[in-house]
Amino acid sequence: MAKITYVEHNGNTHTVDVDTGLSVMEGAVQNNIPGIDGDCGGGMSCATCHVYVKEEWFNKLEKKLDGEEDMLDQAYEPKKNSRLSCQITVSDQLDGLIVNLPEKQV
Amino acid sequence: MIKTDALIIGAGPTGLFTAHQLKIIGLNCEIVDNLDKAGGQCIELYPDKPIYDIPAIPECTGEELTKNLLDQLKPFNISFHLSDRVNELKKNQNNWEVVTNKGKIFLTPNVIIAGGVGSFEPRKFSQKECEKFEEKSIFYSIKNKEIFEGKTVSIFGGGDSALDWAVELSKNSKVNLIHRRDEFRGAIATLDKVHELQKSGKIELFTKYQLKTVKGNGSLESIDIEHENKEIKNLKSDYVLGFFGLIMQLGPIANWGLNLSKKTINVDTEKFETNQKGIYAIGDICNYPGKLKLILSGFHEGALAARACFKLARPNEKYRFEFTTSSKTIKERLGVKSD
Repeated sequence: MAKITYVEHNGNTHTVDVDTGLSVMEGAVQNNIPGIDGDCGGGMSCATCHVYVKEEWFNKLEKKLDGEEDMLDQAYEPKKNSRLSCQITVSDQLDGLIVNLPEKQV
Repeated sequence: MIKTDALIIGAGPTGLFTAHQLKIIGLNCEIVDNLDKAGGQCIELYPDKPIYDIPAIPECTGEELTKNLLDQLKPFNISFHLSDRVNELKKNQNNWEVVTNKGKIFLTPNVIIAGGVGSFEPRKFSQKECEKFEEKSIFYSIKNKEIFEGKTVSIFGGGDSALDWAVELSKNSKVNLIHRRDEFRGAIATLDKVHELQKSGKIELFTKYQLKTVKGNGSLESIDIEHENKEIKNLKSDYVLGFFGLIMQLGPIANWGLNLSKKTINVDTEKFETNQKGIYAIGDICNYPGKLKLILSGFHEGALAARACFKLARPNEKYRFEFTTSSKTIKERLGVKSD
C-alpha cells in the first residue's frame, strides 16, 4: 500500500491509498479521480492516463518499457517528465508519490 | 434515405459479430464506422498484438480476428459505410432517423451502438490559435498533396505518417520535420531515407522541439517551435501538418439523450437497450453491473441485442430460436447445403 497524490490541472489534489501491485492509473480509476481516463485499460495502447512526474520522483520510477515513449508522442502536451500512469506499478517505495495531471487527456 | 432493420454504429469485433447475428435471424443491417476499414480498436490500436481470450481460439492477433469476423460475414451482403460518422439522431414515428457526416440518412427501428470507446479522431495541436488555420494551412490528414508544391511544409510527429509524408512531400516542397524527441517510431527504411534527405538538404530535421505557436494574418506565415531547453526558433511555413495518432471521443452520441456513466452508456442486460426504446449499446461502450470489457462479452451482448431488434423490425412475426447446426432456414441464409 502506498499513498499516491494526484494533482489535477486546476490544482485540486486527491491523496488516496493504492494497493501494491496496482498501477497508478488503476488507483485513479478505482477512486474516481477526474483527469485520468485509461481508455485502453492499461495495455499501453492509448495515451489517456498521461501524467507528469516531478524530477525527485521521476528518477525513482522504473524505467520506461519500449513503446511507452511511442505512445507518449500521441499524448496531450507531452513533456520530458511525462509518463503513462498505467506503466507505474505501485509499491511501498512509491509511498508519497505525487503525479500531476495534464489539462486533459483527449 | 436507406431503410434497414438495424443500423450498427461501429465495425469493431462486436459490431461485426452482431451483423452476423442479425443476418442469421433474417434481419438486414448496415454498418457505419468513422475509420476507413473494419476492425475498430483491434485494427487501429493493436493489429499485431496477440489476444489469448477469444473462446476456442488459443491465440490470434487483432488483425487475424478482424479477418476471421469478416470471413464469417461473407455469406451475407452487408453494406459498410466507412470513413463516415453518425451525427444526428431523431425520432420519426416508429423509426429512428440517423444522419451521418457525409449526409447519408438511415431510417430504422433499431440502432445498435457498438462504438468501443468512441470514434477515432486525429489528435490535434493543443494551441487555441491553431483552430482558425485548420483545414486551410494546418492539416491532420492529407487529401490533396498538390497544394503543397513549391511551398514550405512543417511536419510534426515521429511515426510512419509523419516520416512517409516528409519523404513524399520533400520531392516538391521544402520540408521541416519536427519531433519531440530524438527517436522516431516509424519503419527503419523510411527513417534512413529521411536521414539521407536531410544530408542532401531536402528535409530539415528538428528534434526535441514542439510547436509553441503559429503566426499569420489570414494565411499562415510562420511558426515558433520550442526546444526541450526552452530555446525558441521561428520557421517560415506555408503549411503545418500534425501526425500525433488518433484519440477516441464519444462524439455526437453524447448528445443523444442516453443515460451515460462517464464515457459509457447504461443498458439493461436482457436486450442491452438504453433508456431509449430501439437504441442498444453493446461492447466496450455499454455499462451494466458486472460489465467486463472483453471481446467475448461484446459477442454475447450483440447476440441478445439482435434478438431484441427482431421484435421491432418484424412486429407481426414471432421470433423462433434455432441452432445453426440444425436449422434449414439458417443454412439457406448461409448458403450452405442442408443434410
